Amino acid sequence: MFKIIDAQLLAPGIKRFVIEAPRIARKQRPGQFVILRIYEEGERIPVTIENSDPERGTVSIVVQSAGKTTQLLNSLNTGDTILDVVGPLGKPSEIANYGTVVVVGGGVGTAMAYPTAAALKRAGNRVISIVGARNKELVILEPEMRAVSDSVMITTDDGSYADKGFVTDKLRQLIQNGTRIDLVVAVGPIVMMKAIADMTRKENIHTVVSLNPIMIDGTGMCGGCRVLIDGKSEFACVDGPEFDAHRVDFAVLVQRNSMYRNAEQRSLAEFHRCKTDAATRELETTAAAVPAARQGEQR
Amino acid sequence: MSTTAKKSVNPLPLKERMKVPRQLMPEQAADERAHNFTEVNLGYSPELAQQEARRCLECAKPTCTDNCPVGVKVKEFVELIVVGDFLGAAAKIREDNVLPAVTGRVCPQEDHCEGKCLLSKKVKPLGIGYLERFVADYEKRMGTHVVPNVPPTGKKIAVVGSGPSGLTVAGDLIQKGHKVRVFEALHELGGVLVYGIPEFRLPKQIIREQLDYMREMGVEFETDVVVGRTVTVDELMEEEGYDAVYIGTGAGLPQFMNIPGEHFNGVYSANEFLTRINLMKAYKFPTYDEPMLDLQGRDVAVIGGGNTALDAIRSALRLGARKAYVIYRRSDAEMPARAEEVHHARQEGIDFQMLTAPVEFLSDGKGWLTAARCVRMELGEPDASGRRRPVPKLGSEFDLSLSVAIIAIGTSANPIVQSTTPGLGTNKRGYIQASEETQRTTRKGVFAGGDIVTGSATVILAMGAGRRAAKSIHEYLTTGEW
Repeated sequence: MFKIIDAQLLAPGIKRFVIEAPRIARKQRPGQFVILRIYEEGERIPVTIENSDPERGTVSIVVQSAGKTTQLLNSLNTGDTILDVVGPLGKPSEIANYGTVVVVGGGVGTAMAYPTAAALKRAGNRVISIVGARNKELVILEPEMRAVSDSVMITTDDGSYADKGFVTDKLRQLIQNGTRIDLVVAVGPIVMMKAIADMTRKENIHTVVSLNPIMIDGTGMCGGCRVLIDGKSEFACVDGPEFDAHRVDFAVLVQRNSMYRNAEQRSLAEFHRCKTDAATRELETTAAAVPAARQGEQR
Repeated sequence: MSTTAKKSVNPLPLKERMKVPRQLMPEQAADERAHNFTEVNLGYSPELAQQEARRCLECAKPTCTDNCPVGVKVKEFVELIVVGDFLGAAAKIREDNVLPAVTGRVCPQEDHCEGKCLLSKKVKPLGIGYLERFVADYEKRMGTHVVPNVPPTGKKIAVVGSGPSGLTVAGDLIQKGHKVRVFEALHELGGVLVYGIPEFRLPKQIIREQLDYMREMGVEFETDVVVGRTVTVDELMEEEGYDAVYIGTGAGLPQFMNIPGEHFNGVYSANEFLTRINLMKAYKFPTYDEPMLDLQGRDVAVIGGGNTALDAIRSALRLGARKAYVIYRRSDAEMPARAEEVHHARQEGIDFQMLTAPVEFLSDGKGWLTAARCVRMELGEPDASGRRRPVPKLGSEFDLSLSVAIIAIGTSANPIVQSTTPGLGTNKRGYIQASEETQRTTRKGVFAGGDIVTGSATVILAMGAGRRAAKSIHEYLTTGEW
C-alpha cells in the first residue's frame, strides 16, 4: 500500500499526486517511470515520475484522466492509498552538457519533460522550453518550467493563452531564426512527437522522445511494450522509454496502442454506469429519507 | 539368525509388484475441462496412493533419488505411504523439497526420478510425481505441518525473485536459523508459478498455501521491488546489512522470431499472453481491468513446443478459441514439453502442426493479424543441441488463418541485475556466471541460480540450484570463507 500524501488538481482532468514511496524516491532519475495498480482488480499502468523528494521519501506523478484507470486514479485524494507502485523503471534520460537544448512538453507530457529540463539545466545546458496545450486551462507547470529554463514559449491550440498554434510552430521559428540547437527532447502526444521528429530529421538535430506503449510488468518480462526502432523490436520498459526520435516507427506505436480500444471503451462505459448507479442509489436513499424527516418535524 | 537387510514394510512380494499396473490419475473429462480453468488432474485417493506405492521395488541404490535435482528420498517417502503414514511421508519429502505440492504437479518426472525407475525397464515407472502430489495435498487437508524452531544465527540473506529457486533458498535457509527476506518485482509472489503456469495445471491456491507456510516459518516478503532499479545488490549488502544475496530473477526477456509482421496486433509473446491471463485475470474482464483480445470463436496458434507453449494454447482453448494450433518446427520426439501435457493437450483437441514454422505474419492492412505464412520442415543432421536440425522444404509454403499468434520460442537474459551490479560476471549470452556446484558468482557474497544462470529450464532444475545455493550460502555464512 502506497499512501497519497498530497493530491492537487493542476487543470481540469489533470491531477498531481505526491505518494509515499521511499525506495523509489531515493533512486529516481529524470525520464524514469513507475507502474501502478490501484486496487486488487486493477490493471497495471505506467506513469512517468514528475519529481521526487528523497528526504521526505516521496515521488510525484501527474495524471490526466483518459480511460477508467486514470479516471479512477484522479478520483483519489490525500490520505487514500494505491495498492502497488513499482519503480523507478526504464533507463534515465541521458543528461550531459549538450549546449543548447529545446525541451518540448505537449499537454500532460510537460510533467514528464519537466524533470529532464531541470536536470539538463543543472548540467549546464541552455534550456529553451516549449509548452503546448489545447487551451489556457490545460497549460500546466508553467512556473516550474520557467524556473529551470532560460526561456519558455507557450502555445495553445485555440489561442486562449499565450500564442495560438502548436509547439511545432515554435520549434520551426527557432530553427528558421538560426538558433543553434544541439538536442531536442519531446514528450507529449504521439502525433506531436512524430511531427517534431519529422521536422528535426530534415535539420539533422538529434531528438529524443519518450514513448508510452501498453505495458504490464515493466521489467522486460512480457514484451508487450515492444516498439519498432529502425525496424527492430525493442522493449520500451528496459531499452527505453526514451528513444532516438528519428529511428522510431510512430505508425506501429499508434497501431499497437489501439489494440484494446474496444475493451478500454467498454471498461470506461461500465465504470460510468457504476458511478451513475451509485449516484442514483444515493439520491433515492436521500429522497426516501426526506419524507421521514418531514414527518418528524410535523410531530 | 540376524539379517542385515531391513525387512520390507511392503506386503507384496517383489515379483508381484510388477504385475500391479500403474494406477491411473483421475482427471476431468477432456471435453469438459477444455472449457474451464479447473485443474485437469484430480489427485489420488489414499487407496490409489497406497496401491501405487506398493509397486516400488525398493532398490538398494535408488536411481530415482540420484536423478532428482533436489534429491528427494523417494524410497523412504514411498515406504511411509505403504504403511499409511502420509504426514510422515510429507515431512520426509520436505527434508529436501520445500514445494512438494508444486513439483508433484509440474515436474517433468520422466526426465528425472521416473525416467530412471527400475520398473520402467519392464513396465510403467512408479508414479512418483502422483505420490508426491498426494502426500502434499493430504498434508494440506490435515492442516498440520511442523514449523521448525531453530536458534537465530543473526545472519541476513536477501533473495531476489520469489520463483521456485528463490523460494527454495528461502525455505532452506530459514530452517538454518538465518533471517531471510524475499524481494519480488511483481505485485504477487511466486514468479513463474503465478504469472506463467495456468490454474488448470497448478492452482494458485497451492502457491498461496506454500507462501503462508513460509511466512509461518519466518520468511519475510516484499513485493513491488525491482532489484537493480528500486534498490541495487550493493545497496542491499552495504546499506541494508544483508550478509549474502541470492539472485533468482528467472528467465527474462521473451524472444521473438524476427520475422515480418511480428508487431501486428494479435501477436503476443507467451509471457505476455500468460501474464494477462494468470497474473492479471484478463479473462475476467471487465470485472478485472486488464484487457486481452477476445478469443471466442477465433483461430489461435502458439509457436513453440515447450511447456510454456502448451500452457498458452490450452489457455486459449479454454477461452473459447475455435481452432487451437501448436506450430512446432521439429517432430514429436524433439518436443521439450512434459509428456503428460502433450497427452492432455491432444485429448483436449489441440491441433499439432509438427515440422512447421512460420516465416511471416500477414495482416488486414490495418495492422491486425489475419494469418501466418508457414513452411513445412524436414529433419536434417543433429545441431548443437543434439536434436536433428529442421530444414525447410522447398515450395511447401501455406497460409494458416489466425486471429492470434503466441510466440513461445524461449527467452533471453534480463539484464537489469547484471547491468547494475559491478563485478558480477556474465556469460556471452548475458546470463549470470555461477559455479554449478556452489552457485557462487564472481562477486563475494552473491549467489545466483535458476533460469538467470542456465537460461529457460524447469521448475525442478531451478529448485535444485536453490538447494545447492542454500547449502553453500550457509557454509559461507558459517565459515566466512569465500
